[in-house]
Amino acid sequence: MANLKDLKNRIESVKNTRKITKAMQMVAAAKLRRAQDAAESGRPYAERFNAVLGGLAAASTGGDSAPKLLAGSGSDQVHLLVVMTAERGLCGGFNSSIVKKARAMAEDLLAHGKTVKILTVGKKGREQLKREYGDQMIGHVDLSGVRNVGYDNAQAIAHDLIHRFNEGEFDVATIFYNTFESVITQVPTAKQVIPASFDAPDDGASASTVYDYEPSEEGILETLLPSGVATQVFSALLENAASEQGARMAAMDNATRNAGEMIEKLTIEYNRSRQAVITNELIEIISGAEAL
Amino acid sequence: MADTMQFDLVSPERSLASLQATAVQLPGADGDMTAMPNHAPTITTLRPGIVRVEAPEGNAEFAVTGGFAEVTATGTSVLAERAVPVSEMTQDLLDAFVSDAAAASENATPENLDELAKRTVDIAAMANELGLTVKA
Repeated sequence: MANLKDLKNRIESVKNTRKITKAMQMVAAAKLRRAQDAAESGRPYAERFNAVLGGLAAASTGGDSAPKLLAGSGSDQVHLLVVMTAERGLCGGFNSSIVKKARAMAEDLLAHGKTVKILTVGKKGREQLKREYGDQMIGHVDLSGVRNVGYDNAQAIAHDLIHRFNEGEFDVATIFYNTFESVITQVPTAKQVIPASFDAPDDGASASTVYDYEPSEEGILETLLPSGVATQVFSALLENAASEQGARMAAMDNATRNAGEMIEKLTIEYNRSRQAVITNELIEIISGAEAL
Repeated sequence: MADTMQFDLVSPERSLASLQATAVQLPGADGDMTAMPNHAPTITTLRPGIVRVEAPEGNAEFAVTGGFAEVTATGTSVLAERAVPVSEMTQDLLDAFVSDAAAASENATPENLDELAKRTVDIAAMANELGLTVKA
């Protein structure tokens, strides 16, 4: 039987762990609220933007004049996977689920004889993919110094993507991130951003409105498409930020509960051993007295 | 002037304004335009400049850089990449606008060089209107 001192130390250390996980859970909860607010306030812009751009894109697809960002480079040989993960761990399956999805797609593409390139956003994804796909990695975006992701960050990533696309480094770009559904459910999502794809606007009254375009339809499309990519990257970043905090909150909640159970078990064991020691001492005293 | 329309100003990060307005003056890429209720449906891109909103409960002004505006008979929505109420506009923010434009000019292609140069000039014009100066 483990001695009393050891047990006591053990209980103390588990209690400390519980304190830490509890604190992390509460921090995550606070950050989650903020991230959710940010995601919420970013939504009207993204929705409007996609609706307008979707309408424009639908009108111009098929024409020869369609910009390259929309029509694509005419081939789909080289795929770029943009894997967006967290900068930090301790958030359950959050990072692994994104990486798993990206890895499945990479394997599928490679099996079909395509070329795969990988760009990582967030440290954790890079760490997990480095061993297998180290040679295919063409870049990494570090967001560890960023407290709250802003549109600037998204714009920087989008600029980089568009620049690489114009240089002919890849034909198709797909971003991987977690969509936030609830604190306990985050759905790993893959979304193609180049060539641009937009959710078709629901054919309500707005779709049938005929707009005047200033300067011209093509001109607007040309200027707005890069921003469209940035907007999509931005909403992915926001979803990801909310998902990360949600996942961390759930993971830390579990850890806190586990620590609690462990403390109970250890306390029972501690009390038993203490009782055993007392009983032993009594027996010794009694048998000593009888021997006299 | 009883007629009003819905005016929305949103940036990627937040919604800045949502109110009833009688007229909205927009810095369109092809020139300024004023949208009033029952305007023909129009979509226009914006240059850096100032959006002026006339509303029954008071006028408002916002400095915006780029983006676009969607005008319909019943409302005007401005989707700006960056937007700041004029009263909160400071030299620091202006400097940020300028350095953004400068960063964009650095990896300019011959095709959009003109456009980016125009952008810089537009920002300078906007600064002038606000009584600020662009540092060289």
